[in-house]
Amino acid sequence: MSHSTAKPWLATHRIVMIVIAIALVAYVTLNMRWEWLPRYTDLIAQGLWRTLWLLALSVFFGFLLAVPIGLVQVTGPRPLSALALGFCTVIRGTPLLLQLWLLYYGLGSIFPSIPEIRDSFLWPYLRQAWPYALLTLTLSFAAYEGEIMRGAFSGVPKGELEAARAYGMSPWQVLRRVWLPRAFHRALPTLGGEVVLQLKATPLVATITVIDIYGVFSRVRQDTFLTYEPLLLLALIYLILAGLLTLVFRHLENRLPVR
Amino acid sequence: MPSAVSATAEAPIALAIKELHKSFGNLHVLKGVDLQAKRGDVVAIIGGSGSGKSTLLRCINLLENPSEGEIAIDGEKIRLKRVGSDLQAADKKQLQRLRSRLGMVFQNFNLWQHMTLLQNLTEIPMQVLKISRAEATSTAEILLERVGLADKRDVYPAFLSGGQQQRAAIARALAIQPSLMLFDEPTSALDPELVGEVLKVIADLAEEGRTMVLVTHEMQFAREVASHVVFLHQGVVEEEGPPAQLFDNPRSERLKQFISTVR
Repeated sequence: MSHSTAKPWLATHRIVMIVIAIALVAYVTLNMRWEWLPRYTDLIAQGLWRTLWLLALSVFFGFLLAVPIGLVQVTGPRPLSALALGFCTVIRGTPLLLQLWLLYYGLGSIFPSIPEIRDSFLWPYLRQAWPYALLTLTLSFAAYEGEIMRGAFSGVPKGELEAARAYGMSPWQVLRRVWLPRAFHRALPTLGGEVVLQLKATPLVATITVIDIYGVFSRVRQDTFLTYEPLLLLALIYLILAGLLTLVFRHLENRLPVR
Repeated sequence: MPSAVSATAEAPIALAIKELHKSFGNLHVLKGVDLQAKRGDVVAIIGGSGSGKSTLLRCINLLENPSEGEIAIDGEKIRLKRVGSDLQAADKKQLQRLRSRLGMVFQNFNLWQHMTLLQNLTEIPMQVLKISRAEATSTAEILLERVGLADKRDVYPAFLSGGQQQRAAIARALAIQPSLMLFDEPTSALDPELVGEVLKVIADLAEEGRTMVLVTHEMQFAREVASHVVFLHQGVVEEEGPPAQLFDNPRSERLKQFISTVR
Protein backbone atom coordinates (compact mmCIF):
# COMPACT_ATOMS: atom_id res chain seq x y z
CA MET A 1 0.00 0.00 0.00
CA SER A 2 1.30 3.39 -0.94
CA HIS A 3 -0.10 5.26 2.06
CA SER A 4 1.91 3.14 4.50
CA THR A 5 4.42 5.89 5.15
CA ALA A 6 2.21 7.78 7.59
CA LYS A 7 0.83 4.77 9.47
CA PRO A 8 2.74 1.46 9.53
CA TRP A 9 0.58 -1.40 8.28
CA LEU A 10 1.37 -3.40 11.45
CA ALA A 11 -0.09 -0.87 13.84
CA THR A 12 -0.79 -2.00 17.40
CA HIS A 13 -4.52 -2.46 16.89
CA ARG A 14 -3.86 -4.61 13.83
CA ILE A 15 -1.43 -6.83 15.69
CA VAL A 16 -4.02 -7.34 18.43
CA MET A 17 -6.69 -8.21 15.88
CA ILE A 18 -4.41 -10.69 14.11
CA VAL A 19 -3.55 -12.43 17.38
CA ILE A 20 -7.23 -12.70 18.28
CA ALA A 21 -8.04 -14.08 14.80
CA ILE A 22 -5.29 -16.70 14.99
CA ALA A 23 -6.45 -17.73 18.46
CA LEU A 24 -10.04 -18.05 17.21
CA VAL A 25 -9.06 -20.15 14.20
CA ALA A 26 -6.85 -22.37 16.38
CA TYR A 27 -9.67 -22.85 18.89
CA VAL A 28 -12.19 -23.63 16.16
CA THR A 29 -9.93 -26.15 14.39
CA LEU A 30 -8.68 -27.91 17.52
CA ASN A 31 -11.78 -27.97 19.70
CA MET A 32 -14.52 -28.47 17.15
CA ARG A 33 -15.31 -31.48 15.00
CA TRP A 34 -14.27 -31.31 11.33
CA GLU A 35 -13.74 -34.95 10.46
CA TRP A 36 -16.91 -34.88 8.28
CA LEU A 37 -15.51 -32.24 5.98
CA PRO A 38 -13.54 -34.44 3.51
CA ARG A 39 -16.65 -36.53 2.77
CA TYR A 40 -18.60 -33.44 1.68
CA THR A 41 -16.04 -31.53 -0.39
CA ASP A 42 -17.62 -32.60 -3.70
CA LEU A 43 -21.10 -31.64 -2.56
CA ILE A 44 -19.85 -28.33 -1.22
CA ALA A 45 -18.17 -27.57 -4.55
CA GLN A 46 -21.37 -28.39 -6.42
CA GLY A 47 -23.45 -26.24 -4.08
CA LEU A 48 -21.02 -23.37 -4.37
CA TRP A 49 -21.13 -23.61 -8.15
CA ARG A 50 -24.95 -23.58 -8.10
CA THR A 51 -25.03 -20.52 -5.84
CA LEU A 52 -22.56 -18.72 -8.07
CA TRP A 53 -24.32 -19.32 -11.36
CA LEU A 54 -27.73 -18.52 -9.86
CA LEU A 55 -26.24 -15.24 -8.64
CA ALA A 56 -24.43 -14.45 -11.89
CA LEU A 57 -27.34 -15.27 -14.22
CA SER A 58 -29.97 -13.54 -12.08
CA VAL A 59 -27.80 -10.41 -11.82
CA PHE A 60 -27.09 -10.45 -15.55
CA PHE A 61 -30.67 -10.99 -16.77
CA GLY A 62 -32.07 -8.88 -13.95
CA PHE A 63 -29.91 -5.95 -15.00
CA LEU A 64 -30.92 -6.39 -18.66
CA LEU A 65 -34.54 -6.10 -17.52
CA ALA A 66 -33.77 -3.22 -15.16
CA VAL A 67 -32.54 -0.97 -17.98
CA PRO A 68 -35.88 -0.74 -19.83
CA ILE A 69 -37.78 -0.76 -16.51
CA GLY A 70 -35.79 2.27 -15.35
CA LEU A 71 -35.80 3.97 -18.74
CA VAL A 72 -39.53 3.90 -19.48
CA GLN A 73 -40.22 5.45 -16.09
CA VAL A 74 -38.17 8.48 -17.20
CA THR A 75 -39.16 8.70 -20.88
CA GLY A 76 -42.68 7.30 -20.86
CA PRO A 77 -44.95 6.47 -22.62
CA ARG A 78 -47.38 6.61 -19.73
CA PRO A 79 -48.83 3.05 -19.91
CA LEU A 80 -45.38 1.42 -20.03
CA SER A 81 -44.11 3.64 -17.25
CA ALA A 82 -47.13 2.75 -15.09
CA LEU A 83 -46.56 -0.93 -15.83
CA ALA A 84 -42.89 -0.68 -14.80
CA LEU A 85 -43.77 1.21 -11.64
CA GLY A 86 -46.42 -1.37 -10.79
CA PHE A 87 -43.96 -4.22 -11.33
CA CYS A 88 -41.35 -2.59 -9.08
CA THR A 89 -43.91 -1.82 -6.38
CA VAL A 90 -45.33 -5.35 -6.26
CA ILE A 91 -41.96 -7.14 -6.32
CA ARG A 92 -40.31 -4.78 -3.84
CA GLY A 93 -43.36 -4.80 -1.61
CA THR A 94 -43.63 -8.56 -1.11
CA PRO A 95 -41.23 -11.08 0.45
CA LEU A 96 -38.92 -12.88 -1.95
CA LEU A 97 -39.76 -16.18 -0.27
CA LEU A 98 -43.43 -15.65 -1.06
CA GLN A 99 -42.67 -14.88 -4.72
CA LEU A 100 -40.51 -17.98 -4.94
CA TRP A 101 -43.25 -20.20 -3.56
CA LEU A 102 -45.98 -18.58 -5.65
CA LEU A 103 -44.01 -19.22 -8.82
CA TYR A 104 -42.80 -22.69 -7.90
CA TYR A 105 -45.91 -24.13 -6.27
CA GLY A 106 -48.32 -21.96 -8.29
CA LEU A 107 -47.00 -22.00 -11.85
CA GLY A 108 -45.25 -25.28 -11.17
CA SER A 109 -48.56 -26.96 -10.46
CA ILE A 110 -50.47 -25.27 -13.29
CA PHE A 111 -47.96 -26.15 -16.02
CA PRO A 112 -48.28 -29.96 -15.79
CA SER A 113 -52.02 -29.70 -16.34
CA ILE A 114 -51.54 -27.92 -19.68
CA PRO A 115 -50.83 -30.51 -22.41
CA GLU A 116 -49.20 -27.95 -24.75
CA ILE A 117 -46.56 -27.24 -22.13
CA ARG A 118 -46.08 -30.86 -21.17
CA ASP A 119 -45.43 -31.70 -24.83
CA SER A 120 -43.17 -28.71 -25.52
CA PHE A 121 -39.38 -28.75 -25.62
CA LEU A 122 -39.41 -26.64 -22.42
CA TRP A 123 -40.97 -29.33 -20.29
CA PRO A 124 -37.72 -31.09 -19.32
CA TYR A 125 -36.68 -27.77 -17.79
CA LEU A 126 -40.02 -26.66 -16.38
CA ARG A 127 -40.35 -29.86 -14.36
CA GLN A 128 -37.18 -28.97 -12.50
CA ALA A 129 -36.95 -26.47 -9.70
CA TRP A 130 -34.03 -24.28 -10.78
CA PRO A 131 -35.82 -22.39 -13.59
CA TYR A 132 -38.33 -21.11 -11.01
CA ALA A 133 -35.49 -20.15 -8.67
CA LEU A 134 -33.64 -18.31 -11.43
CA LEU A 135 -36.81 -16.59 -12.66
CA THR A 136 -37.76 -15.37 -9.18
CA LEU A 137 -34.26 -14.11 -8.38
CA THR A 138 -34.07 -12.39 -11.78
CA LEU A 139 -37.42 -10.63 -11.36
CA SER A 140 -36.47 -9.52 -7.87
CA PHE A 141 -33.12 -8.10 -8.98
CA ALA A 142 -34.81 -6.43 -11.96
CA ALA A 143 -37.30 -4.67 -9.70
CA TYR A 144 -34.72 -3.33 -7.24
CA GLU A 145 -32.28 -2.38 -9.99
CA GLY A 146 -35.05 -0.92 -12.13
CA GLU A 147 -35.71 1.56 -9.35
CA ILE A 148 -32.00 2.38 -9.10
CA MET A 149 -31.65 2.75 -12.85
CA ARG A 150 -34.67 5.06 -12.93
CA GLY A 151 -32.87 7.38 -10.55
CA ALA A 152 -29.61 6.99 -12.44
CA PHE A 153 -31.20 7.76 -15.82
CA SER A 154 -33.00 10.84 -14.55
CA GLY A 155 -29.84 12.02 -12.77
CA VAL A 156 -27.72 12.29 -15.93
CA PRO A 157 -27.32 16.02 -16.64
CA LYS A 158 -29.79 17.09 -19.34
CA GLY A 159 -27.12 19.21 -21.02
CA GLU A 160 -25.01 16.18 -21.93
CA LEU A 161 -27.98 14.51 -23.61
CA GLU A 162 -28.83 17.77 -25.34
CA ALA A 163 -25.28 18.07 -26.65
CA ALA A 164 -25.52 14.55 -28.08
CA ARG A 165 -28.77 15.44 -29.84
CA ALA A 166 -27.45 18.81 -31.01
CA TYR A 167 -24.61 17.05 -32.83
CA GLY A 168 -26.95 14.81 -34.80
CA MET A 169 -27.09 11.62 -32.76
CA SER A 170 -30.22 9.52 -33.20
CA PRO A 171 -32.24 8.78 -30.03
CA TRP A 172 -30.80 5.25 -30.03
CA GLN A 173 -27.23 6.59 -30.29
CA VAL A 174 -27.88 9.06 -27.46
CA LEU A 175 -28.99 6.15 -25.28
CA ARG A 176 -26.20 3.79 -26.26
CA ARG A 177 -23.29 6.24 -26.28
CA VAL A 178 -24.18 8.75 -23.56
CA TRP A 179 -27.29 8.11 -21.50
CA LEU A 180 -26.82 4.44 -20.58
CA PRO A 181 -23.06 4.56 -19.86
CA ARG A 182 -23.49 7.70 -17.76
CA ALA A 183 -26.41 6.19 -15.85
CA PHE A 184 -24.49 2.96 -15.33
CA HIS A 185 -21.53 4.85 -13.85
CA ARG A 186 -23.84 6.67 -11.49
CA ALA A 187 -25.54 3.44 -10.43
CA LEU A 188 -22.37 1.39 -9.97
CA PRO A 189 -21.68 2.12 -6.28
CA THR A 190 -25.25 1.15 -5.36
CA LEU A 191 -25.13 -1.84 -7.69
CA GLY A 192 -22.21 -3.37 -5.79
CA GLY A 193 -24.20 -3.41 -2.57
CA GLU A 194 -27.24 -4.79 -4.36
CA VAL A 195 -25.27 -7.73 -5.76
CA VAL A 196 -24.11 -8.64 -2.24
CA LEU A 197 -27.75 -8.45 -1.07
CA GLN A 198 -28.69 -10.70 -3.96
CA LEU A 199 -26.02 -13.21 -2.90
CA LYS A 200 -27.53 -13.29 0.55
CA ALA A 201 -31.01 -13.82 -0.92
CA THR A 202 -29.97 -16.97 -2.82
CA PRO A 203 -30.29 -19.43 0.16
CA LEU A 204 -34.07 -19.12 -0.18
CA VAL A 205 -33.92 -21.35 -3.27
CA ALA A 206 -33.10 -24.27 -0.96
CA THR A 207 -36.76 -24.11 0.14
CA ILE A 208 -37.82 -25.26 -3.34
CA THR A 209 -35.30 -28.11 -3.51
CA VAL A 210 -32.52 -26.29 -5.35
CA ILE A 211 -29.42 -27.50 -3.53
CA ASP A 212 -27.20 -24.43 -3.38
CA ILE A 213 -24.37 -23.98 -0.91
CA TYR A 214 -26.86 -23.38 1.90
CA GLY A 215 -28.79 -26.51 0.91
CA VAL A 216 -25.61 -28.59 1.06
CA PHE A 217 -24.87 -27.41 4.57
CA SER A 218 -28.43 -28.12 5.68
CA ARG A 219 -27.84 -31.68 4.58
CA VAL A 220 -24.53 -31.81 6.43
CA ARG A 221 -26.35 -30.74 9.60
CA GLN A 222 -28.99 -33.44 9.18
CA ASP A 223 -26.40 -36.13 8.46
CA THR A 224 -23.93 -35.27 11.20
CA PHE A 225 -26.20 -33.80 13.91
CA LEU A 226 -23.69 -30.94 14.17
CA THR A 227 -24.91 -27.35 14.39
CA TYR A 228 -22.09 -24.87 14.82
CA GLU A 229 -19.36 -26.35 12.65
CA PRO A 230 -21.31 -26.42 9.33
CA LEU A 231 -22.96 -23.08 10.00
CA LEU A 232 -19.68 -21.37 10.89
CA LEU A 233 -18.04 -22.69 7.73
CA LEU A 234 -21.07 -21.61 5.69
CA ALA A 235 -20.91 -18.14 7.18
CA LEU A 236 -17.22 -17.96 6.31
CA ILE A 237 -17.95 -18.97 2.70
CA TYR A 238 -20.63 -16.25 2.30
CA LEU A 239 -18.30 -13.73 3.95
CA ILE A 240 -15.51 -14.53 1.49
CA LEU A 241 -17.89 -14.33 -1.50
CA ALA A 242 -19.29 -11.00 -0.34
CA GLY A 243 -15.75 -9.72 0.24
CA LEU A 244 -14.67 -10.73 -3.26
CA LEU A 245 -17.74 -9.06 -4.81
CA THR A 246 -17.02 -5.89 -2.86
CA LEU A 247 -13.43 -5.89 -4.08
CA VAL A 248 -14.50 -6.39 -7.71
CA PHE A 249 -16.97 -3.49 -7.55
CA ARG A 250 -14.49 -1.27 -5.74
CA HIS A 251 -12.02 -1.94 -8.53
CA LEU A 252 -14.64 -1.05 -11.17
CA GLU A 253 -15.58 2.11 -9.30
CA ASN A 254 -11.99 3.25 -9.02
CA ARG A 255 -11.69 3.17 -12.79
CA LEU A 256 -14.49 5.70 -13.15
CA PRO A 257 -13.71 9.31 -13.94
CA VAL A 258 -15.51 10.85 -10.99
CA ARG A 259 -14.09 13.46 -8.79
CA MET B 1 -11.93 43.81 -38.95
CA PRO B 2 -11.94 40.19 -40.02
CA SER B 3 -10.84 39.93 -43.62
CA ALA B 4 -13.76 37.66 -44.54
CA VAL B 5 -16.24 40.49 -44.05
CA SER B 6 -15.17 42.30 -47.20
CA ALA B 7 -16.18 39.27 -49.26
CA THR B 8 -19.64 38.89 -47.74
CA ALA B 9 -21.42 40.75 -50.50
CA GLU B 10 -21.24 37.73 -52.82
CA ALA B 11 -20.84 35.03 -50.17
CA PRO B 12 -23.54 32.33 -50.13
CA ILE B 13 -26.11 32.42 -47.37
CA ALA B 14 -25.22 30.03 -44.52
CA LEU B 15 -28.25 30.61 -42.35
CA ALA B 16 -31.65 32.08 -43.13
CA ILE B 17 -34.40 32.40 -40.55
CA LYS B 18 -37.78 33.74 -41.63
CA GLU B 19 -40.69 34.92 -39.49
CA LEU B 20 -39.74 32.76 -36.51
CA HIS B 21 -42.23 32.56 -33.67
CA LYS B 22 -41.94 30.62 -30.45
CA SER B 23 -44.42 30.36 -27.61
CA PHE B 24 -44.12 28.49 -24.36
CA GLY B 25 -47.78 28.12 -23.45
CA ASN B 26 -49.10 31.66 -23.19
CA LEU B 27 -45.64 33.17 -23.18
CA HIS B 28 -44.82 34.53 -26.64
CA VAL B 29 -41.01 34.54 -26.60
CA LEU B 30 -40.15 35.11 -30.26
CA LYS B 31 -42.48 37.26 -32.34
CA GLY B 32 -41.47 36.93 -35.96
CA VAL B 33 -37.69 37.08 -36.10
CA ASP B 34 -35.77 37.27 -39.38
CA LEU B 35 -32.06 36.57 -39.37
CA GLN B 36 -29.50 35.97 -42.08
CA ALA B 37 -25.85 35.02 -41.99
CA LYS B 38 -23.65 34.80 -45.06
CA ARG B 39 -20.63 32.55 -45.20
CA GLY B 40 -17.90 34.16 -43.10
CA ASP B 41 -20.29 36.32 -41.07
CA VAL B 42 -20.00 36.61 -37.33
CA VAL B 43 -23.46 37.46 -36.06
CA ALA B 44 -23.73 38.54 -32.43
CA ILE B 45 -27.16 38.43 -30.82
CA ILE B 46 -27.44 40.79 -27.86
CA GLY B 47 -30.31 41.75 -25.62
CA GLY B 48 -31.50 41.76 -22.05
CA SER B 49 -32.41 38.61 -20.18
CA GLY B 50 -35.74 37.25 -21.34
CA SER B 51 -35.36 38.89 -24.74
CA GLY B 52 -35.44 35.44 -26.38
CA LYS B 53 -31.89 35.38 -27.69
CA SER B 54 -31.00 31.91 -26.38
CA THR B 55 -34.34 30.55 -27.58
CA LEU B 56 -33.64 31.97 -31.03
CA LEU B 57 -30.25 30.24 -31.15
CA ARG B 58 -31.70 26.94 -29.92
CA CYS B 59 -34.37 27.05 -32.61
CA ILE B 60 -31.69 26.98 -35.31
CA ASN B 61 -30.90 23.29 -34.65
CA LEU B 62 -34.37 22.54 -33.29
CA LEU B 63 -33.27 21.98 -29.70
CA GLU B 64 -36.32 24.20 -29.25
CA ASN B 65 -39.20 23.57 -31.63
CA PRO B 66 -40.43 26.84 -33.13
CA SER B 67 -44.15 27.56 -33.28
CA GLU B 68 -44.02 29.23 -36.67
CA GLY B 69 -41.47 30.11 -39.32
CA GLU B 70 -38.73 28.78 -41.58
CA ILE B 71 -35.09 27.85 -41.06
CA ALA B 72 -32.59 27.08 -43.81
CA ILE B 73 -28.99 25.95 -43.38
CA ASP B 74 -26.72 26.49 -46.41
CA GLY B 75 -29.82 27.04 -48.51
CA GLU B 76 -31.45 23.77 -47.41
CA LYS B 77 -34.76 24.31 -45.68
CA ILE B 78 -35.42 22.17 -42.58
CA ARG B 79 -38.61 20.25 -43.32
CA LEU B 80 -41.09 20.88 -40.54
CA LYS B 81 -44.47 19.46 -39.60
CA ARG B 82 -46.98 20.79 -37.13
CA VAL B 83 -47.40 18.84 -33.90
CA GLY B 84 -49.74 20.58 -31.47
CA SER B 85 -48.74 24.22 -31.17
CA ASP B 86 -45.17 23.66 -32.35
CA LEU B 87 -43.32 22.65 -35.51
CA GLN B 88 -41.16 19.54 -35.40
CA ALA B 89 -38.71 18.06 -37.87
CA ALA B 90 -40.67 16.15 -40.49
CA ASP B 91 -37.59 14.23 -41.60
CA LYS B 92 -35.45 12.97 -38.70
CA LYS B 93 -32.63 11.89 -41.03
CA GLN B 94 -32.43 15.35 -42.57
CA LEU B 95 -32.41 16.97 -39.14
CA GLN B 96 -29.63 14.68 -37.90
CA ARG B 97 -27.60 15.38 -41.06
CA LEU B 98 -28.02 19.15 -40.72
CA ARG B 99 -27.33 19.07 -36.98
CA SER B 100 -24.07 17.23 -37.58
CA ARG B 101 -22.85 20.28 -39.52
CA LEU B 102 -23.70 22.74 -36.73
CA GLY B 103 -21.05 23.03 -34.05
CA MET B 104 -22.83 24.12 -30.92
CA VAL B 105 -21.08 25.47 -27.84
CA PHE B 106 -23.18 25.61 -24.67
CA GLN B 107 -23.17 27.87 -21.66
CA ASN B 108 -22.46 24.89 -19.37
CA PHE B 109 -19.97 23.19 -21.74
CA ASN B 110 -21.94 19.91 -21.69
CA LEU B 111 -18.90 17.78 -22.33
CA TRP B 112 -19.61 14.08 -21.90
CA GLN B 113 -18.23 13.34 -18.46
CA HIS B 114 -17.61 9.64 -19.05
CA MET B 115 -15.26 10.31 -21.95
CA THR B 116 -11.76 11.75 -22.02
CA LEU B 117 -11.23 14.98 -23.96
CA LEU B 118 -9.95 13.00 -26.93
CA GLN B 119 -13.02 10.74 -26.85
CA ASN B 120 -15.27 13.80 -26.58
CA LEU B 121 -13.70 15.12 -29.77
CA THR B 122 -13.78 11.88 -31.76
CA GLU B 123 -17.27 10.77 -30.69
CA ILE B 124 -19.36 12.63 -33.27
CA PRO B 125 -16.90 12.29 -36.17
CA MET B 126 -16.80 8.52 -35.61
CA GLN B 127 -20.39 7.78 -34.56
CA VAL B 128 -22.33 10.26 -36.69
CA LEU B 129 -20.05 11.30 -39.53
CA LYS B 130 -18.58 7.76 -39.85
CA ILE B 131 -14.99 8.96 -40.08
CA SER B 132 -12.26 6.42 -39.31
CA ARG B 133 -10.76 6.35 -35.82
CA ALA B 134 -7.30 7.18 -37.15
CA GLU B 135 -8.50 10.25 -39.01
CA ALA B 136 -10.78 11.43 -36.20
CA THR B 137 -7.97 11.03 -33.67
CA SER B 138 -5.43 12.97 -35.68
CA THR B 139 -7.93 15.81 -36.27
CA ALA B 140 -8.80 15.81 -32.56
CA GLU B 141 -5.16 16.01 -31.54
CA ILE B 142 -4.57 18.99 -33.83
CA LEU B 143 -7.62 20.75 -32.39
CA LEU B 144 -6.66 20.08 -28.76
CA GLU B 145 -3.24 21.47 -29.55
CA ARG B 146 -4.88 24.50 -31.05
CA VAL B 147 -6.97 25.30 -27.95
CA GLY B 148 -3.95 24.64 -25.73
CA LEU B 149 -5.11 21.32 -24.24
CA ALA B 150 -2.81 18.86 -26.01
CA ASP B 151 -1.47 17.58 -22.68
CA LYS B 152 -5.02 16.95 -21.39
CA ARG B 153 -6.12 14.57 -24.15
CA ASP B 154 -6.60 11.61 -21.78
CA VAL B 155 -8.09 13.61 -18.91
CA TYR B 156 -11.78 13.49 -17.98
CA PRO B 157 -13.66 16.82 -18.11
CA ALA B 158 -14.40 16.83 -14.35
CA PHE B 159 -10.71 17.37 -13.67
CA LEU B 160 -10.51 20.59 -15.72
CA SER B 161 -11.32 24.21 -14.97
CA GLY B 162 -14.38 25.82 -16.55
CA GLY B 163 -12.23 27.69 -19.03
CA GLN B 164 -10.43 24.51 -20.07
CA GLN B 165 -13.73 22.66 -20.40
CA GLN B 166 -15.18 25.39 -22.59
CA ARG B 167 -12.09 25.43 -24.80
CA ALA B 168 -12.43 21.65 -25.13
CA ALA B 169 -16.11 22.10 -26.00
CA ILE B 170 -15.13 24.55 -28.73
CA ALA B 171 -12.62 21.99 -30.04
CA ARG B 172 -15.41 19.40 -30.02
CA ALA B 173 -17.51 21.74 -32.16
CA LEU B 174 -14.58 22.25 -34.55
CA ALA B 175 -14.00 18.48 -34.81
CA ILE B 176 -17.11 18.06 -36.96
CA GLN B 177 -15.79 20.63 -39.46
CA PRO B 178 -18.93 22.70 -38.91
CA SER B 179 -20.37 24.87 -41.66
CA LEU B 180 -21.87 27.06 -38.94
CA MET B 181 -20.96 27.48 -35.28
CA LEU B 182 -23.53 28.33 -32.62
CA PHE B 183 -22.37 29.85 -29.33
CA ASP B 184 -24.93 30.02 -26.52
CA GLU B 185 -23.53 32.47 -23.97
CA PRO B 186 -20.19 30.64 -23.96
CA THR B 187 -18.64 32.67 -21.13
CA SER B 188 -21.64 33.20 -18.83
CA ALA B 189 -20.87 30.23 -16.56
CA LEU B 190 -17.17 31.05 -16.21
CA ASP B 191 -15.30 32.72 -13.40
CA PRO B 192 -14.31 36.23 -14.51
CA GLU B 193 -10.60 35.37 -14.72
CA LEU B 194 -11.33 32.49 -17.13
CA VAL B 195 -13.45 34.48 -19.58
CA GLY B 196 -10.46 35.89 -21.44
CA GLU B 197 -8.94 32.57 -22.51
CA VAL B 198 -12.25 31.42 -24.03
CA LEU B 199 -12.94 34.73 -25.79
CA LYS B 200 -9.44 34.56 -27.26
CA VAL B 201 -10.21 31.19 -28.87
CA ILE B 202 -13.52 32.46 -30.27
CA ALA B 203 -11.89 35.64 -31.59
CA ASP B 204 -9.28 33.52 -33.41
CA LEU B 205 -12.07 31.53 -35.06
CA ALA B 206 -13.79 34.73 -36.17
CA GLU B 207 -10.47 35.95 -37.51
CA GLU B 208 -10.06 32.90 -39.78
CA GLY B 209 -13.45 33.50 -41.36
CA ARG B 210 -15.64 30.91 -39.60
CA THR B 211 -19.35 31.48 -39.90
CA MET B 212 -20.85 31.86 -36.48
CA VAL B 213 -23.86 32.99 -34.52
CA LEU B 214 -23.06 34.11 -31.03
CA VAL B 215 -25.35 34.90 -28.13
CA THR B 216 -23.34 36.93 -25.67
CA HIS B 217 -23.34 39.35 -22.77
CA GLU B 218 -19.81 40.51 -23.54
CA MET B 219 -20.56 43.77 -25.34
CA GLN B 220 -16.94 44.78 -25.84
CA PHE B 221 -16.26 41.37 -27.34
CA ALA B 222 -19.31 41.53 -29.63
CA ARG B 223 -18.13 44.87 -30.84
CA GLU B 224 -14.64 43.60 -31.63
CA VAL B 225 -15.38 40.30 -33.35
CA ALA B 226 -18.88 40.58 -34.82
CA SER B 227 -19.48 41.60 -38.40
CA HIS B 228 -23.16 42.03 -37.67
CA VAL B 229 -24.99 42.70 -34.42
CA VAL B 230 -28.64 41.95 -33.76
CA PHE B 231 -30.37 43.56 -30.80
CA LEU B 232 -33.31 41.50 -29.65
CA HIS B 233 -35.94 43.02 -27.40
CA GLN B 234 -39.05 41.22 -26.18
CA GLY B 235 -38.90 38.72 -29.03
CA VAL B 236 -38.42 41.11 -31.94
CA VAL B 237 -35.32 42.41 -33.70
CA GLU B 238 -35.33 45.98 -32.44
CA GLU B 239 -32.25 47.05 -34.35
CA GLU B 240 -29.44 45.44 -36.35
CA GLY B 241 -26.36 46.43 -38.29
CA PRO B 242 -22.58 46.66 -38.13
CA PRO B 243 -21.25 46.88 -34.56
CA ALA B 244 -19.86 50.39 -34.91
CA GLN B 245 -23.23 51.74 -35.99
CA LEU B 246 -25.16 49.90 -33.27
CA PHE B 247 -22.90 50.70 -30.39
CA ASP B 248 -21.96 54.28 -31.33
CA ASN B 249 -25.17 55.47 -32.96
CA PRO B 250 -28.06 53.44 -31.58
CA ARG B 251 -31.28 54.66 -33.15
CA SER B 252 -33.89 52.98 -30.96
CA GLU B 253 -34.55 54.22 -27.44
CA ARG B 254 -34.41 50.68 -26.05
CA LEU B 255 -30.98 49.95 -27.50
CA LYS B 256 -29.69 53.27 -26.11
CA GLN B 257 -31.05 52.28 -22.74
CA PHE B 258 -29.62 48.74 -22.99
CA ILE B 259 -26.15 49.97 -23.92
CA SER B 260 -26.13 52.49 -21.10
CA THR B 261 -27.09 49.83 -18.53
CA VAL B 262 -24.50 47.24 -19.57
CA ARG B 263 -21.65 49.76 -19.66
